[in-house]
Amino acid sequence: MFARVVWLVLRKDLMVEVRSLEIAYTTLFFAVSCVLVFAFALVQEGQPPVDGAAGILWISIAFAGTLALGRAFERERQSETLRALLLAPAARPAVYVGKLLGIITLLVAGEIVLVPLVALLFQAPLLSRPIWLAVILLSGTIGFSAVGTLFAAMLVRARSRDVLLPVLLYPITVPVIIAGVRATAALLQPDVDAEILRFWLSLLVCFDIVFVTLALWTFESLMTD
Amino acid sequence: MIGVDFDDLTVDEVSRHFGRRRALSRVTFRATRGTLLGLLGTNGAGKSTLLAMLAMLLRPSAGRIRYGAFDSTTPEPSLRASVGVLGHDLFLYPELTASENLEFFAGLYAVNDPSAAAAHALELAGLADRANDTVSSFSRGMRQRVALERALIHRPRLLLLDEPFTGLDDGSGAALAARLRTLRESGSIIVLATHDLDLVEGLLDRAIFLRDGRMMDVVDRPDGLRSMYRDIMSRGRESSGGEKRG
Repeated sequence: MFARVVWLVLRKDLMVEVRSLEIAYTTLFFAVSCVLVFAFALVQEGQPPVDGAAGILWISIAFAGTLALGRAFERERQSETLRALLLAPAARPAVYVGKLLGIITLLVAGEIVLVPLVALLFQAPLLSRPIWLAVILLSGTIGFSAVGTLFAAMLVRARSRDVLLPVLLYPITVPVIIAGVRATAALLQPDVDAEILRFWLSLLVCFDIVFVTLALWTFESLMTD
Repeated sequence: MIGVDFDDLTVDEVSRHFGRRRALSRVTFRATRGTLLGLLGTNGAGKSTLLAMLAMLLRPSAGRIRYGAFDSTTPEPSLRASVGVLGHDLFLYPELTASENLEFFAGLYAVNDPSAAAAHALELAGLADRANDTVSSFSRGMRQRVALERALIHRPRLLLLDEPFTGLDDGSGAALAARLRTLRESGSIIVLATHDLDLVEGLLDRAIFLRDGRMMDVVDRPDGLRSMYRDIMSRGRESSGGEKRG
């Protein structure tokens, strides 16, 4: 039953997004603009800043992710469909996981465009170790989205939700973003220090476990009343 | 998922506060199978708050709500499976087709064969030929009909309706009233909140008059709702004015 509800919510979110492409277009446009601005500001005479690519990649993901989170739950608010999801006899953590996977899918789709763009503009060998990079990006995206999905759902009825979401989200997800930046930067070194890479990646996985567990634990009570 | 079944709904001295604001105060009533109960009152009377508590979206600050032998304080998914809600907002995804919306909710309620259930629901709504059109292309009346079928797709014992006649033309309103009569005859417990008295005239088995979160009166088989409403509410104003004066 749990897996079925997760699948139903995920499939519904993806169907809605495929029809409207609203989140895909807005987040991608925003993230690409962000990377371009940084490229024009920081790349001097064809020389990108040292380790700049990792930071710019993660800043773009975080900003675009915040935009995606806000829009994903604004949709549920407009027709009060979040209320309909909570009324259903489905396990509420399953609804949370479905929404979380939808956000992760959208962000990963955005990252597929962002990574080559950052690699090109900042002359960073991001694609030289694609599997490691995919693992880092996925771990960071899960941690960021786990907290973001919880907060966006909590704030769906708050009048100042657009302001409150980044205010609450960034301080808590800063460790995830820092770990993501450090792990990506380690991957970009000519001689990858496996120890440092493993350390930051382990930290990311730890954050994922903690954040997802806390969110699953609190989602039901936060959504009641 | 098969919902638990029950024969009656009992609301016992239920109150609800939001901070210091009292939304509902000591409301008590009982409804058995085959009852169509109306919650009547102005905006802010507490109708939607009471419906939210009956739907287990809000917990009472005091008092108890019982669904037969089951309590709302620890709502089990199987209890939620016995309740259908049609809110003031329609709980439909405008980007999805009518059929996709109904199939999605049928799936959430673990209805056997969601596709067949959705097709049957669309026939009942008279929208079988629009099954593959997105809900955003529907008129308000058509959306309301889809939303009603969404609320009924899992055949709930208890149906909660918040202003169900909003935006319906005369024909659609009459069709909704006829559907509610059919549901009542099939043994559903229906609780309907409205301030549109003309549309529910002759439809209700019992009317509960609410004002400022308080039950002003309960009338069985109400007739001449508009004048009755005026009398009861003016009585309420006088007593609350008297209280203030006292």
